Amino acid sequence: MAKLTGRELYVDDLPSADHLWGATVRSPSPRGRITAVEFDPSIDWSEFVIVTADDIPGRNAVFLMEYDQPALADGYVRHVHEPVVLLAHPSRDIVRRAAALVTVRVELEAPVLDFCAVPEAGGIQHGTDNVLKHILIEKGDIEAALAAAPIVVEGEYFTGSQEHVYLETQGMRAHVDGDVLVIQGSMQCPYYVVKALVPLLDRDEAGIRVIQTATGGGFGGKEEYPSMIAAHAALLSLKSGRPVKLIYDRWEDLAVTTKRHPSRVRHRTGVDSDGRLLAQDIEIVLDGGAYVTLSPVVLSRAVIHAGGPYACDAVRIDGRAMLTNSAPFGAFRGFGAPQAFFGLERHMDVVAARLAMDPAAFRRVNLIRDGQQTGTSQTISDGADRLEVLDTALAACRWGTRREQIRRHNESHPLAKRGLGLAVFHHGAGFTGNGEVMLQSVVHVAATPRGGVEVRAASVEMGQGTTTIFTQLAAERLGLDPDTVEVAQPDTHRVPDSGPSVASRTAMVVGYLVEQACDDLRRRLGLTDAARGDAVAEAIRTWYAAPGQEELVGEATYLQPSHVEWDEETYRGDAYGAFAWAAYVAEVEVDLKTYSTRVTDFVAVQEIGRVLNQTLATGQIQGGVAQGIGWALLEDFSWRDGAMQNCQLTNYIIPTSDDLPPIRVEFLETPYSHGAQGAKGIGELPMDGPGPAIANAVAHALGVPAVAIPLTPERLMAEHDGLAAREAS
Amino acid sequence: MSVPHRSAGDLPVTGDTIAIRCLLNGVETELEVDPGERLLDTLRYGLGLTGTKEGCAEGECGACTVLLDGLPVNSCLVLTFQVADRRVETVESLDEALLAPFLAGGATQCGACTPGVVMTATWLLANRDLLSSHRIRELMAGNLCRCTGYDGIVQSIERALGADERGDTE
Amino acid sequence: MNVLRPGSVREALGMLADEPTAIPLAGGTDLLVHWPANHAGRDATYLDLGRPGELRAHHWTDKALVLGGTTTYWDVIRDPRSARDLPLLVDAARQVGSVQIQARGTWAGNIANGSPAADGVPVLMAYDAVVVVQSERGVEEILLSEFYLGYKDMRLAGDQLIREIRVPLAARTGQRFEKVGSRRAQAIAKVGLATSHSEDGWRVVAASLAPTVRRCPSVEALFDSDGAAGSVEDVEAALAADVSPIDDIRSTAEYRLRVAARLLFFGNA
Ligand SMILES: Cc1cc2nc3c(=O)[nH]c(=O)nc-3n(C[C@H](O)[C@H](O)[C@H](O)COP(=O)(O)OP(=O)(O)OC[C@H]3O[C@@H](n4cnc5c(N)ncnc54)[C@H](O)[C@@H]3O)c2cc1C
Ligand code: FES
Ligand code: FES
Repeated sequence: MAKLTGRELYVDDLPSADHLWGATVRSPSPRGRITAVEFDPSIDWSEFVIVTADDIPGRNAVFLMEYDQPALADGYVRHVHEPVVLLAHPSRDIVRRAAALVTVRVELEAPVLDFCAVPEAGGIQHGTDNVLKHILIEKGDIEAALAAAPIVVEGEYFTGSQEHVYLETQGMRAHVDGDVLVIQGSMQCPYYVVKALVPLLDRDEAGIRVIQTATGGGFGGKEEYPSMIAAHAALLSLKSGRPVKLIYDRWEDLAVTTKRHPSRVRHRTGVDSDGRLLAQDIEIVLDGGAYVTLSPVVLSRAVIHAGGPYACDAVRIDGRAMLTNSAPFGAFRGFGAPQAFFGLERHMDVVAARLAMDPAAFRRVNLIRDGQQTGTSQTISDGADRLEVLDTALAACRWGTRREQIRRHNESHPLAKRGLGLAVFHHGAGFTGNGEVMLQSVVHVAATPRGGVEVRAASVEMGQGTTTIFTQLAAERLGLDPDTVEVAQPDTHRVPDSGPSVASRTAMVVGYLVEQACDDLRRRLGLTDAARGDAVAEAIRTWYAAPGQEELVGEATYLQPSHVEWDEETYRGDAYGAFAWAAYVAEVEVDLKTYSTRVTDFVAVQEIGRVLNQTLATGQIQGGVAQGIGWALLEDFSWRDGAMQNCQLTNYIIPTSDDLPPIRVEFLETPYSHGAQGAKGIGELPMDGPGPAIANAVAHALGVPAVAIPLTPERLMAEHDGLAAREAS
Repeated sequence: MSVPHRSAGDLPVTGDTIAIRCLLNGVETELEVDPGERLLDTLRYGLGLTGTKEGCAEGECGACTVLLDGLPVNSCLVLTFQVADRRVETVESLDEALLAPFLAGGATQCGACTPGVVMTATWLLANRDLLSSHRIRELMAGNLCRCTGYDGIVQSIERALGADERGDTE
Repeated sequence: MNVLRPGSVREALGMLADEPTAIPLAGGTDLLVHWPANHAGRDATYLDLGRPGELRAHHWTDKALVLGGTTTYWDVIRDPRSARDLPLLVDAARQVGSVQIQARGTWAGNIANGSPAADGVPVLMAYDAVVVVQSERGVEEILLSEFYLGYKDMRLAGDQLIREIRVPLAARTGQRFEKVGSRRAQAIAKVGLATSHSEDGWRVVAASLAPTVRRCPSVEALFDSDGAAGSVEDVEAALAADVSPIDDIRSTAEYRLRVAARLLFFGNA
């Protein structure tokens, strides 16, 4: 309710008396040595707090995976908008004006801007080849399988970047409270911020307290970048001794924060005439941008999903993330899988067309059955019925009938072409491979004196319903009235590290720990697992009735399910404990007067273990599909020197209510034994399907290649005219 | 460049101030503002009415929507002196009971768009004759939401319209 | 910033005569965009048009609709007579931004802003609207199709206000407004077209295809000639003689010309 009434406090809503406003001065150039930083002499700079790299007490890097990305450029820049100087002043207006009056001079070196081209010698900035990460997955003898295949189909596919456009722009507030630096702000991963600040500020964890404020959307965009903003706010606050707010406006947020990795995916696929997959040879290249950040993990998810939910004995997946002089690309809902699935699922239609097979029938032949293996040789035996997922989607859109109706419609409508497109895919929930083991997530469930509990986890609410789900899980586990269950605000001095709120892991992995911590609490109360409701509440009240009684806390730590085995060296084994499975169908109409495409119907069917909350789950899927539709059709970039030029919502185009059809959502449930109440993660899944489903629908409508998204009208016009020219000749 | 005249520090710094009166959330209010101050900033930083959000400062997102003389407008594109002698309503003025359908219908996730969404929706619900010429999706197009895909918002409005018709407020 | 706040048109004109660099401020939906970052804009002097009540109202005569100097899109959308007698005004107004923009944005502001991508201007121009500008020096009436001199350059001096816009009523045998934006709502036109046909012949007005919104005499001549356009290529060739589209952040010259030609050809075929 607080969100509806406007009472919810986001970081910029925190009371603002007596603090300074921060601003960031950035590099104008994509690459080179900083030769000077000039402060306009018409201004009295003594009014300002000024921070440069020299003010950093510890190691100048925003640590996440590597120590390579400086918090403030120290003599050298690797992308446009790289932060160089920080300013703070009591007036937001003055500090903004002043930031424009600091000039950073750079001796320009040739930037590397094309992630697909082999870099020239002078362009090497990482290792010997600018490869930030290389991963190879091999199963069977790919060359032999391709040589033996009666039919081999090749394809090359491209996806553009994407901005998160969470409606609340990024921002942080920092102040010093005694010996403790307190950071409040919009973020997905409070402990990532702590881990980045410890070496940077040369402080221990006790001296850094990170509190998540209400967060107006994240989608991955508030996974790594908040550490950068927190570092800046902290440096300004430590230097000035005053509270500092550093809030990005939309322009700055669009210009400088991370975005989805652009990709190129190539396929060489061997099939027999019955449509059986014999060989999948796949190459993925991602644009990583100027620093390592999370690119290795994004690449990892991309390659693991690249073969799709299909059984094939010979698979080779070769993935590389390349350095370029763009602002680093980063986490975004789907985390590499949407790029991989765009290539794969668009290609599946291309192969089906070559075989003259119905696209749905072709997929049906190859869908993994229980007992078969994925590309990483993970045996799937979760009892989920993938064929039923497909069939449910086909039934919802009346696939066969509709394709036939569309054929007839298109014959009589030269200027309005319809198409129906399918994508079938899966998405692994939780961290990849042994990632969850490394995280060692911990959850506490504390008894509260009035006979209820408080769930303590660092998993944040950012709209996806964490608070509701945790409340529901704890209440149902202990049989308590939900009104007596509280969920603690993520505050690193109060809650344990339950890991980041990413990778669709919160409900499934952390939720499962919430249940186990409830069990642990019950044991500590001396109750059996059967005790519920009043018995629990009563035992809690009794516990606190004793004078001077300590707080009673149940605890749970992550344990890898015994069925999961993963080899990080060979990239073989159980990449994820569980996958969600999905089949999406898009119907489009392309106006051939304007070449614009409208999605007229969208069906999203998925098997997700168990639906914990119908409204929340449906909303997650619809929101993800909407983002996917935007990525597929609207969200285009204008780049210069590796920097986004269209940094306004008037020219970075996301869908409005009038651009989207109602999104029809259906769930199938086969409970997963290691997820909370049987649930598997769903946060990222809906991002994977819309891109290829829509491109397939457009190809169905027009017969164009549709191998690159976004399928803007300008691009479609070129493809359509190209096709007409080829047909004419 | 001079030092700002207010401690809130969020405000523009040039020019003389203007004294105005307006009816803000039903209360006769006197304000003294810099001529260049946006209504959005007066509400948020001057008056602590932080329900109204800034999502873009360019009239695109609608997170800053308030009602001006009963019509939805973007408060990032209104200077405070322009509301002199006029009626302004912000999200803080809304009745919780009216909002119940939005909670149940999945109209809000992260909440950043929500105050704006409910302001436009409230206006729509109070002017249902609009639906004889306009569709809900057209009327709501000035409120961008990145979380819900809009179905939750549109259905909540439909639900609220229906509830009204039946004369109940559930 | 400084602001002058006249209580009447008379007072406004007096202030403008004294300070012709003062910028008239109506709905602010152009002037106030990105206001906090617009440092130069915020150092200027403005003339607020919000108070003179006589500027806001629109009225109908037996020959015309007369829009006031601060009449908004929403005012026109909500007047039932508009859709009946001048439907393109409503078509265009409903495609301006969103309700929030329509509630504040004014027709005169759209004209004076001089954007080549404006939506209000093309429909007014296709209806042969007349801009009535006033200063202490007197009143001038200018046909909207002759109002623009170049990109953001128009026959409006610093001391002049757009007092009203007169839109003649006429028996029209055809009229269309087509806007191609990058999405269905809240979009700036990549291509805008307004056409109308009456006993005076065709009016074909293009937006986003030249430095100003402008009439397209070659296309009008083609449509007026008996056989009309024979093919989309004919229309494209005629249009190419009338406009000079460019590549920019929103679209390409090629797309703009091709799509405009297709809309004109198929829309009026
Ligand atoms: C999010 C958004 C979406 C938009 N979408 C569209 C769209 O789809 N189509 C479209 O055409 N426009 C669009 N616009 C632009 C804008 O809304 C229109 O141009 C509107 O008509 C401007 O009117 P205004 O009263 O708000 O102008 P203001 O911003 O007040 O003024 C604009 C200009 O006109 C001058 N002016 C205003 N009134 C007078 C007068 N009476 N005499 C002399 N000069 C005057 C001002 O000095 C200024 O130069 C959009 C704007 C925004 C922010
Ligand atoms: S902040 Fe006003 S419309 Fe976005
Ligand atoms: S609920 Fe997050 S933007 Fe709408």
